[in-house]
Amino acid sequence: MLSAKQVQNALDKLYRQIVEALPTDRQAAVIGIRTRGETLATRICDRLRAERPDLDIAHGVLDITFYRDDLSRRRGAPLVRATEIDFDIDETFVVLVDDVVHTGRSVRAALDALHDFGRARFIRLAVLIDRGGRELPISPDFVGRKVSAANTKRVQVRLKENDGEEGVFIINSF
Amino acid sequence: MAKKASSSSTLSESRPGTEARPFLWTRKDLLGLDELSAEEIVHILDTAESFREVSTRSIKKVPALRGKVVALLFFEDSTRTRMSFELAADRLSADTLLFTAKGSSVAKGETTLDTVRNIEAMGVDVFVVRHRQPGAPHMLARKVRASIVNAGDGAHEHPTQALLDIFTIRRRLGRVDGLKVAIVGDIAHSRVARSNILGLTKLGAEVVVVGPPTLVPSAIRPMGCEVSHSLDAVLGEVDVINMLRIQFERFGSNLFPSVREYSKLYGLNAQRLKRCRKDVLVMHPGPINRGVELTSDVADGPNSCILQQVTNGLAVRMAVLYLVSQGGPA
Repeated sequence: MLSAKQVQNALDKLYRQIVEALPTDRQAAVIGIRTRGETLATRICDRLRAERPDLDIAHGVLDITFYRDDLSRRRGAPLVRATEIDFDIDETFVVLVDDVVHTGRSVRAALDALHDFGRARFIRLAVLIDRGGRELPISPDFVGRKVSAANTKRVQVRLKENDGEEGVFIINSF
Repeated sequence: MAKKASSSSTLSESRPGTEARPFLWTRKDLLGLDELSAEEIVHILDTAESFREVSTRSIKKVPALRGKVVALLFFEDSTRTRMSFELAADRLSADTLLFTAKGSSVAKGETTLDTVRNIEAMGVDVFVVRHRQPGAPHMLARKVRASIVNAGDGAHEHPTQALLDIFTIRRRLGRVDGLKVAIVGDIAHSRVARSNILGLTKLGAEVVVVGPPTLVPSAIRPMGCEVSHSLDAVLGEVDVINMLRIQFERFGSNLFPSVREYSKLYGLNAQRLKRCRKDVLVMHPGPINRGVELTSDVADGPNSCILQQVTNGLAVRMAVLYLVSQGGPA
């Protein structure tokens, strides 16, 4: 659906929106949702730290497995990994990063999870791909690219670090 | 730590934001390490790594088991195991019920199965069971729909204790495979020893059990461990020494000549520790008889990880409760 080049363009666009919104007067944190969101957050964070050394940026990772509302509907337990937020999020400006926003349920779970770590001053949602199809009143603040896909399809982002290739794919897997 | 990097990406996951991983836990019960594969044991340990982090948060709670009921059935007394399971269930946001045999319907003659069926009828999802009868949790697992977690059945198995021991070894020494572990004490009557031998050998460690011949029968060799009747002989060659508690209630039974003699031959003290490898790990499942199997300077010294075992026990039990309630048919 999207090539490696288009993924890069979407990520650049996302990055520019984030830089513009970041506050200069308070601590900011870029927190990725496992697994692809984590990779994207790492890339964004590395670039921010290289290009904007004046900003104070913390970096974290969130595993939302325990907070999912479909936990009891699934059978079998995949490996849960640790959440890594080793800073105080109280009063920070948090940019929550995920690869794709679809129903909004992952984001809902992530908001709950973040809430258990403290009270952030602002939380903004950044996604590489917005594919529509929300089931909850959740809307991303920064979007790399909008695509439209039927609800029965899955939009999958593949990244070098996780998958060995870059691109966005549509899969029949519902 | 030996966290498995998961790189494959199967497409069975239905939503973005999560990654499909090759291994899925599918058991509804945790009865013992006997029936678990090495892969399943590692999966529990890896899951426990994630739960360790929860205990470091300011809000030490996740909603993973919200709305579920965990019943703790202690037909046999226990303090620390019960508290550990209770806190583990609390941190997963489950509701807990506590049942102890004393002063309950068991005293009125009710059978174990009837007791459990009655409590299950109230809508319980997971039973944590300690029972003096070996195999009691296995029998219950066949008869009830709820998940059963064995918290010690007679002299048979105590899987979560062995898992937390192995978890602690893996965290402290970075691996299990290739290590040599001594388990010292009353092996014949110890469920902790049995579960440890099973788990450690499955993960590739060598186990040597040490104690007087009355407590360490040679018949244990087929479990895949060495047998030694001399602690001094094995000191220099082991990476871990797990000292079991001497159960004073057995003293009438001619298994021990005297506490003093036992302590002299099989107690771990500073002199013996000097003959061990410098980084040897000293473990004890508690409660310690200070001055009998362990002297205080060893129990509280830098080689000891006894309190870490307790801390890790919480993470391991959270992992187990979480996994069994996710596993099994709907």
